[in-house]
Order: sequence, then C-alpha cells, then structure tokens
Amino acid sequence: MGIATLLDIQRWKGLGGNNMGEILRVQNLSFRYPEATKFAVRDFDLTIKGGEIVILAGPSGCGKSTLLRAVNGLIPHMYTGEYLGSVSVGDHKVSEARMSELAQTVGLLFQNPENQIFMFSVERDIAFGLENLAVPPDEMRTRVDEAMRQLGITDLAQRAPHELSDGQKQRVALAGVIVMRPRLIILDEPTSLLDPKTAVELVELVRRLRDETGITFLIVEHRLELLVRIADRLVVMSEGRKVLDGGPEEVLADERAAAYGISIPPIPRLRNQLKRDGLPLENGFGPDELAEELNREALGR
Amino acid sequence: MIEFRDVTFVHQTGKAALRDVNLKVEKAEMLAVVGENGAGKTTLVKHVNGLLKPTKGTVLVDGEETTKKSTAELSRKVGIAFQNPDHQLFSESVEAETAFALKNFGFSRELIDQRLNWALQFFGLEEYRNSSPLALSGGEKKRLTLACILAWDPEVVILDEPTVGQDAIQKEKLSGIIKMLRSTGKTTIIVSHDVEFIWPLQPRLVVMSQGRVVADGPADTLMRDEGLLEGARVMQPQLVELYQRLRRRPDSPFASVNDARLWITGPVVS
Repeated sequence: MGIATLLDIQRWKGLGGNNMGEILRVQNLSFRYPEATKFAVRDFDLTIKGGEIVILAGPSGCGKSTLLRAVNGLIPHMYTGEYLGSVSVGDHKVSEARMSELAQTVGLLFQNPENQIFMFSVERDIAFGLENLAVPPDEMRTRVDEAMRQLGITDLAQRAPHELSDGQKQRVALAGVIVMRPRLIILDEPTSLLDPKTAVELVELVRRLRDETGITFLIVEHRLELLVRIADRLVVMSEGRKVLDGGPEEVLADERAAAYGISIPPIPRLRNQLKRDGLPLENGFGPDELAEELNREALGR
Repeated sequence: MIEFRDVTFVHQTGKAALRDVNLKVEKAEMLAVVGENGAGKTTLVKHVNGLLKPTKGTVLVDGEETTKKSTAELSRKVGIAFQNPDHQLFSESVEAETAFALKNFGFSRELIDQRLNWALQFFGLEEYRNSSPLALSGGEKKRLTLACILAWDPEVVILDEPTVGQDAIQKEKLSGIIKMLRSTGKTTIIVSHDVEFIWPLQPRLVVMSQGRVVADGPADTLMRDEGLLEGARVMQPQLVELYQRLRRRPDSPFASVNDARLWITGPVVS
C-alpha cells in the first residue's frame, strides 16, 4: 500500500482517525408531504457516532423511508413539503448541501441489488460512480481494486453481473457504494432477498467493514434475528416518532417493543416470557447462551 | 392434486434448474419448500401453473398434464403470488388490478364487486383503491398480489417468499391467512427462507438443493436434522436449536419439541 492510499484511508476513517465524532445528527425533524394531512416524521431526534451500526425498525408506514430520504437528501431536494428541524451528515447540513456532495458522504444500498447493477462487467459497475465524479484513472483503479478486495470479489472483476448469484450481486452493489468512500452507508432491508446462510455472510461482512474502515451503518430491517448480533443500537419508530433507542438486547427485552409492531426474534421472545414467569435470566440473542443459562438455573450451577 | 414425475428442467443457458424431481401433493395439503437461493424452488412452483414446462418428465395438475393446458386455463386453478410483485402488477389502479383476473375468468359484475371489496378490506388496501399499484410500498405490493389471487379463489395457492418486507403485524396476519387456507381445504405451497415463520405452521417440508429434492417429510422432524439443513444451507429455527443445545447435556432439564412448541418441564412458548 502506498503512502497516498494510507493517508487516504486515514481521511476516510472519519477524518484523521477521529472516529468517535458524530456522523449523523437529526434535530427535531418533522416532515409532511404536500398532499398528506399527517406528518410522516414528527419531532425526531437521532445522533449517530462514527463507526456505529444502528438498526432502524418499525412497522410499515411508520416513517422509516421518509427518515432515510431526509438523511440522504432526497428530502428536501427532490421531495418537497413542510420541513421543520435539521439534519446534518458529517460537516454537511443536508438541506443546504449539494446532492453531489451528499452522494459522496452517504451511500445507499437498495433492497434489490438488481436495481443498482447495470454495467457489463463487475469492475465497470463498481467504477460507475467514480466515473461520474471524473476521478483520475489511476486513482479509480486503486479504489476499485480496494473495494473488490474488501468485499472478497476480486475474482469476479471481469464477470457479467447478471450471471452472479444473489449474494454475489449484493456484494457487487455494496462495492459500488464502498468505492465512493462514504462516511455513512444506509442499507435498506439488505437481507430480505437472501437465503439465511448468505444473509449471515452479509451481516459478518458489514461487521468487518465497520471494524476495518470505521464506516457507520444505518440499517433498516424487519428480520432482526440476524442483524441484532452486530448492532450497537436498535432504534424503533412508530407513527413518525422515535419511541425506543438503546442497545438491541435492552430494546428487545422492553415489553413495549412488541406493542410497537417489532418482530421480536424467538430467543429474546422466549427470554422475555421466562422472565415474566420468574426465571432470573440475562438478555441475549443466541440459543447457546440461553441453553447455558437454563442449564445453570435448572441444575443450580 | 399435483404430481411431478421425474421432472428435469434445463434453462436455455444449459443449466439444469430441476433434476429428476418426484413429488406428489395431495389436495388440501400444506407444503413448504426451503433451500438456498438458486436451489430451484421458484422454478419448481412455476411448473405448477404451466409458466414453465418440463424439459423431461411430466407435471400433472388434477390428473392432467400441464403441457396439454394453457397457462390461462391452469391459472384458474393455481394462483401464484411471486417473490417480486413488480413482475406481476401492471394495471393503472389497485382496484383494476384486483378485478383484472376476475373479469378474465368471466365472473359476474356483482361477484366481482363483492370479491374486490372483500379482498381490499381484508388486506388493508381499501384506502389505495384508486392509487397506482406502483405507488405502493414493497410490503403493500406483496399484499396486493395476494389479494388479487385470493379474490378469484383458486384451488391451489402458491406463495413465493410471502414474508419479505412484511412487519410483525402483517406476518401474523399472513400466518392467519395460511391457516385459513388450510382449514378451507386449499392446497397451499409456500416457498420461503423464513424458517421462523414456517416452523410454527408445521407444514410438510420439502428441502431442495441444486435442483433436487433432498428431503421430504414433516417440518418438525426435518428441522431437527442438522446435517441435512447444513448440507442444503438452510438455517435451523432458533427454538429447535435451543432444544438441541439443551438435550446435548445428559443432565439437562427436560426439554422436548412437540407441535411447534418448545417444552421445558412444561409448555413454554410457541
């Protein structure tokens, strides 16, 4: 790795290695679409630190998509309406920044990678965003190679994207986001079209990318059982408001979570029930830990 | 009701998507098909309404070969809600979309109105009656495809990844619909990755891998077979996994799995 690349990564890792600053600050945001009677997002506050993995959950129509649009700038630049409060990503105030600046700060991975992949070869596809920014060819080469290496798809460089498996397509689409070196990546239901084993691989990949690059992830997901293991926080929305925000173990143990329409994964659900029945259990997600605790409880050791 | 006899299907690219599949589904049975992406699950169900015809072998629906029937004729009996609703929605409004097949099948105006109202109300789509289907969210589009199919009341209902994009409340509703289909004697086939959704329904389970049916039996039994699931890259439901962890130690508290419930010295949770 050359010095230039090294410095570049330092910069990328949250500006001079300071990862812990805020990357996203949503302050008292309310938004109402022009024809709507109700606000889609109401009095919303959210602060995300650099390098965090945050899951955003809530029933259909709770305002998740509107919030994401307000983060990546589609609101208010494309969708206008009544907009109160403010959203800042990195150093940019979203309502004042240009879309091209935001595109380099916030990356978005769609639910269906087919909507995002369209070139004839994997590496051309990954390079597409950089080509649009007129990045010099040498730098483009370095960054595309690096993105392919990080996603473990170097051997697919010359393949046609439509020939790939769903899991591979998802990685190519993610490489196309990573190559832009955003500070925040939004994943919109990233596992919904993947089989569970492939989904687990994607989840592990997200964790590794965060650890290696310090990128912050904001993930919208209904299927929580896989993602809660890597998340630092779980934020629950209901009727446009933030109603719960905390460590995933605590949030899933909160009786209100189910009432807000969150799919509580089987193990936390069982734990909650056993606790209501009087068993002194911790919080957790895995069957292994729960088996250990139950054995300990039952056998007195 | 449905029978696959030595069915092989080879894509134009030369890739075999189904290999020597033999499968018999009786009337009123509930079948769930699991397997990793590309295992052949969707290819399998597309043979039931004749969208695909076997390269080798025979598919029979109600005793008749699908090669001798048009897809339109088969569709009257077999409704499929596809994984990606965008492939299936094309009308200018939700109402027109739901009425489309009913009109094609020659239902009376009165019956069309009755079924239309029922389906839109049942699936919570009433308020979108005049909206374009393309304006709906992903989860709403999936509900619309289901509403369209149940409105014409086919004998066989096939759901391809029905839980994708559905929140907890909708999933519960979906589970209720599937139970209702079973109790009204419909033949139901569910293709899904969502083992946590499938397991409590206790269907007959077909496990596919690389175009083959590698196992066929009660979900309760097959979901305990770690080797089988590992080989087919299918996850084990977490409560079954917990049960097996508890059983691994000889001095563990009594645990059993029965009727899609985990019992730990008494019934605990479904």
